[in-house]
Amino acid sequence: MSAVQRIRAVARAEAAVLRRNRWLAVATLIMVVFAVALSLAGSAPTGTLGVDMLTVSVASMTTLAVYLIPLLALLISFDAVAGEADRGALGLLLSYPASRAEILLGKAVAHVAALSVACVVGFGVAGGLAVALGGAGADSLWALARLMGTSVLLGAVFVGLGYVLSSLAGSSAAAAGLSAALWLVFVVLYDLALLAAVVLDGDGGFTRSAFPWVMTANPADAFRLWNIAGSDTVAVAAGMTGAADALPRWAAPASLILWPSVAFWLARAAFRRVEP
Amino acid sequence: MTPLLCHDVFKRRSGTAVLDAVSLAVAPGARVALLGHNGAGKSTLIKAVLGLTGIDGGTIAVCGDAPGSGPARRAVAYLPEAVAFQGALTGREVLALFAGLAGERRADLGALLDRVGLAAAADRRIATYSKGMRQRLGLAQVLLGRPRLALLDEPTSGLDPVSRHDLYAIIDDLAAAGTAVLIASHALTELEARTDRIAILRQGRMVADDTLDALARAAGLPIVLRVRAAETGAADRIAAETGGARINGTSIEIRCAAEGKMRALHRLSGLGPAVADIDIAPPGLEDLYRHFSGGMS
Repeated sequence: MSAVQRIRAVARAEAAVLRRNRWLAVATLIMVVFAVALSLAGSAPTGTLGVDMLTVSVASMTTLAVYLIPLLALLISFDAVAGEADRGALGLLLSYPASRAEILLGKAVAHVAALSVACVVGFGVAGGLAVALGGAGADSLWALARLMGTSVLLGAVFVGLGYVLSSLAGSSAAAAGLSAALWLVFVVLYDLALLAAVVLDGDGGFTRSAFPWVMTANPADAFRLWNIAGSDTVAVAAGMTGAADALPRWAAPASLILWPSVAFWLARAAFRRVEP
Repeated sequence: MTPLLCHDVFKRRSGTAVLDAVSLAVAPGARVALLGHNGAGKSTLIKAVLGLTGIDGGTIAVCGDAPGSGPARRAVAYLPEAVAFQGALTGREVLALFAGLAGERRADLGALLDRVGLAAAADRRIATYSKGMRQRLGLAQVLLGRPRLALLDEPTSGLDPVSRHDLYAIIDDLAAAGTAVLIASHALTELEARTDRIAILRQGRMVADDTLDALARAAGLPIVLRVRAAETGAADRIAAETGGARINGTSIEIRCAAEGKMRALHRLSGLGPAVADIDIAPPGLEDLYRHFSGGMS
């Protein structure tokens, strides 16, 4: 399979770049430091809620991941196409018998793998610490595993969206700016807008029927809902039982599993329009 | 199968024609220089041949296949102008990437790096390479998998004379092995000796496409005889006798058509010891280029 060979060639080169420019080390360090700090700081209510410490730790880390993982994913991906164009290497890359989808896939494999390492190590260290200090049950261990898996999916979504912006921007600097705006929209403004709509609507039709679905459509919120609704004890610890109950169980997982494909499809469409 | 065949290629960009009825053929083993001012359409033509940009009319065939198609991409090698590779990677890693993309699983990367003189720097980061070394690495990826057609955009820009010489030696080997080579460049004096044919683009039109000799004949540019007089007083006499122009105290410049050269030399030899030296300058590529591309306009 020569397509596999080409994807692997791109992925190998990208992985070497991430290792050598210390991106992998720095991202992993950031994840470890933030995850450990948050799960220790959030461990106070353990006794009052009647859950083990790992459960509280996962709830804290879920909140952290919603902000940090899209940011890391965009940081790693915003330069993927624009950087090659800036260096004058894009035309050369595209003169080889590799399709644009293969080039993007190769980069995505390396970028998502690097994010996965950072997530698994970061959450693993923090989770291990919580287990050592306060114990864990089958439910909370399962919640930790789900947090790692969904974090990789969330990262993949924003890696793909980063490629979209990188293709549309035309230069690295513009791509960086657009990425910051995208992060702000998905992670902060979207929720604020929903909150405003709910406040204005009161207990109307939007709040009762449309709101949970609109919320799930955002991958960052789907990530939060899946992790919190997936485990009753985590929901208790996060104080979010109500919001999670309004939707069928499959809604948030479906959204988060679909989003990486959608993002990648958009990225391929945007990359195809790039003329080096 | 001809490696490159362009016929009546037309491309418009925001209303103006950037390529206007351009036809060009490059045979196996031929080295063709593509000349033209900045913005004359050289890079656009190369990108069209690579399938990176579309054309609005005419046809381009790379070994009989459409530009950008799988078989065409496998047949073509490309060296972009001033390419910068990922500085964090080593030369060997970058070459391994391109070998993987080209499907050259068993390419001997060490031998290729040695061929372009990068054996010692193969495992150093590209960030530490000089401009010449990066250009050599670019050339190494051109040599991957014996291309049928090589498109080189300003391959010698920024290179020192020794590197230029090495680079042209590699290009000569490539052509000798049957690769059709198209070189877009401004370095006219190098191309003069190193190419078999000259194609000149002017505002998107192909205004010349022939061997240097044929172009010189077609242009009818004068041969310049530079005569040095034995003494100051003789210079004016020589200028008057031969119809030349005195350009300083003892030098005279005589311009004549190729056919008139021998007559002028006879007349000069008739002047005996008044003439100290004669230098004959046939029209060079620079003169031809200026003629066909319309001076500085």
